Amino acid sequence: MSVFVSWILRAVAFGTIIMYGAMGETVTEKSGNLNLGVPGIMYLGGFAGFASAYFYEKNATNPSGIVCILLALVCCILASMAGGLIFSFLTITLRANQNVTGLALTTFGMGVANFFGVYILNGASYTAAPLANKAFSAKIPVLSEKLGPVGEMLFGYGFLAYAAIALAIALHIVLNKTKVGLNLRAVGENPATADAAGINVTKYKYLATCIGAGISGIGGLYYVLDYNQGIWATTGQIEALGWLALALVIFTTWRPLNGIWGAYLFGILYWLYQFLPSMLGLKVPNYVTDLIQMIPYVVTIIVLIAVSLRKKRESQPPASLGLAYFREER
Amino acid sequence: MECAIQFKNVTKTFGQVVANKDVTMEVYRGEILSVLGENGSGKTTLMNMLAGIYYQDSGQIFVDGKPVEIHSPRDAFELGIGMVHQHFKLVDVFTATENIALGLEKSERFDLKKVKERAREICDRYHFELDLDQKVYTMSVSQKQTLEIVKVLYREVDILILDEPTAVLTPQETEKLFEVIRNMQKDGKAIIIITHKLQEVLSVSDRVAILRKGEYVGAVPTSEASVDLLTEMMVGKKVELNIERPEAKNRVKRLDINHLTVVNSDGIKMLNNVSFDVYGGEILGIAGVSGNGQKELLEAIAGLQHTEGGSSVQFFPPFETDGVELLGKTPKAIRQAGVHLSFVPEDRLGMGLVGSMGMADNMMLKSYESGRLFMLDRKSPKLLAEQIKDSLGVVTPGISTPVSRLSGGNVQKVLVGREIAESPVVLMTAYAVRGLDINTSYTIYHLLNEQKEKGVAVIYVGEDLDVLLALCDRILVLCGGQVTGLLDGRTTTKEEVGRLMTTVNTVTGGSANE
Repeated sequence: MSVFVSWILRAVAFGTIIMYGAMGETVTEKSGNLNLGVPGIMYLGGFAGFASAYFYEKNATNPSGIVCILLALVCCILASMAGGLIFSFLTITLRANQNVTGLALTTFGMGVANFFGVYILNGASYTAAPLANKAFSAKIPVLSEKLGPVGEMLFGYGFLAYAAIALAIALHIVLNKTKVGLNLRAVGENPATADAAGINVTKYKYLATCIGAGISGIGGLYYVLDYNQGIWATTGQIEALGWLALALVIFTTWRPLNGIWGAYLFGILYWLYQFLPSMLGLKVPNYVTDLIQMIPYVVTIIVLIAVSLRKKRESQPPASLGLAYFREER
Repeated sequence: MECAIQFKNVTKTFGQVVANKDVTMEVYRGEILSVLGENGSGKTTLMNMLAGIYYQDSGQIFVDGKPVEIHSPRDAFELGIGMVHQHFKLVDVFTATENIALGLEKSERFDLKKVKERAREICDRYHFELDLDQKVYTMSVSQKQTLEIVKVLYREVDILILDEPTAVLTPQETEKLFEVIRNMQKDGKAIIIITHKLQEVLSVSDRVAILRKGEYVGAVPTSEASVDLLTEMMVGKKVELNIERPEAKNRVKRLDINHLTVVNSDGIKMLNNVSFDVYGGEILGIAGVSGNGQKELLEAIAGLQHTEGGSSVQFFPPFETDGVELLGKTPKAIRQAGVHLSFVPEDRLGMGLVGSMGMADNMMLKSYESGRLFMLDRKSPKLLAEQIKDSLGVVTPGISTPVSRLSGGNVQKVLVGREIAESPVVLMTAYAVRGLDINTSYTIYHLLNEQKEKGVAVIYVGEDLDVLLALCDRILVLCGGQVTGLLDGRTTTKEEVGRLMTTVNTVTGGSANE
């Protein structure tokens, strides 16, 4: 039972990272922009959040958890949005190819984070921000302790895990029930139509991409300051998570609500290699581990095939995804 | 009369192509104005500047006597100008109501129910039939157009621009549309109709403004206009209105089509047990309201459609007595046998041409295998492209200019020209003159006649009954996927064809489902 509880705890935390990444990308893609720079943006967000918390902790005489949280969040969102802004400027204003720009942004984000990371690491293999970690990973008091394993599985996470669910619901409402959401979807489906209807396509694309990047970046922050116990190290782990977030967007058929259970399912599948064998008392060779970690991607491909076989128009990607819009084109 | 809109010395260019040159014209309040012109004469571009899609390079637009800057469609709406585009501006996965609600004024509260109520009122007032909860991708073309008009009416425009509104409508639907237009006129609104159908111009408008090669030629009150006068103003010279029809000689059976049945993905029978013969040396016309199986018929013969059991298409090649079954062969094998299809889709570029490639490269799409080893043969496609450019008068800066930059009519010349150039045994053309101006249409008719005299079996799917009656030796009428008549083109009447085209069938025709 305790193995199962740890599995769920790990899976939900893991899911939260990619849920942020996927929600941000969903907002971006709804505007017709395919931002493959999600991994880079998560790097930017994660690093900016960590660095600000780290320096605050180190230099403030009496650091407070709340200030730490706010500072890290603000820096994370600003840095991620800057990444989104670069992407927007290149693809919307200069109409650069979105795939190439996105991939470049991924490399750029990784590079920036690891470059400045060197100054923080100062020769060490990793650095920690314990106060920030404590603030971010604080479980819900009482409920997480008094209700046994169920309480632990439901309430044993940092506040960002719950914020992710709230955000998914909020995004669902904004996208489907409001004028802004309708306009945004129209921009992603058919920008010429949106334009003819008097919607400012450029503004919507810019805002959706930047806000989306901001949301994606929180995934990186959550990874560093909560999931990874407040430790910054030069690894490629965030990148893998970024790609998984992109897969999750497809898996959820561009619906934030599906993202909630989809993310946790991905988490469960991702961590299956460690927990299931020990639950069953099996020993698994190393090479099988990597195969098992592939499952989320395989599931995504299966969903993609299933969706296109069903030919349901509502489950298809936004019709103009990946295409630049230029009004005077003929 | 009060002047609603005035263009003053408006010029617009795209690259090297001058779409509008120094246009000065007026639109009066409360009038129905037809803007008439050949393809590529700049009608749509001019109106797009009014709707905020394009912005003029030089010149000035006045609305109600005041100079205005229309930089975006929103600016246009604020000035009370709304446009229904030829290519519909609708979001496919949205419902009708959601499409109407798109981009409404910020001050209005977002309430889809209210939007639907008001849209319902508009529909009732003008007797539109529209299901406001229907998703656009399940709508037929005429339903989409209805939605477009309701969308614009919803925004309470004073000036309504309709870009070739009747191109996709049946005669009844057209009449209904004209009724709406007249009602709007009574409200004091100005209506601008972009068209090249002279009959419509004469029946609905008060005044006709004519554009030629991007320049404003002049305007005449409809009461003083005649077909001859308008044609002359439009093309600059008098066009021979008679289509030649040489006698069919040496008729040889080329295709024997039996019990052809095609079922689409929704399970609807698009073709139901169709049987007929096609002969070399004649033009077989296929008449029918758009979407009644014409497309499926041609595609089935060309090997692009899955057919049901029992269907058969026998092909009789020249110098051979035995027929060959075409069904089950690949499109390539059928092409090589000499059965060619040139289909001009509604968006012209959609089938057959690659927009971003030049004319020469598009020629190569059909000859890419003829090179030596791995290298492409580039010379002959280039020659062919030059030849088509000269013989059909394609207006393009060069054969390597992407075809998507050409005007619709020119794109079509390239498409049809390429098929004819390959000297087929059976030539199928669908909507070969769709959206073409009179001059080019005649060029195409002439080309088809040439093919016919060479002994080619020509199948001509057309929209204009007058042309079908004047051009074709026999006319096959389709309705709801069934053959409702096979008539002699020389003796039949327009009324007879029209009646057969609308013979009501129990089968739901394609018109309800695109």
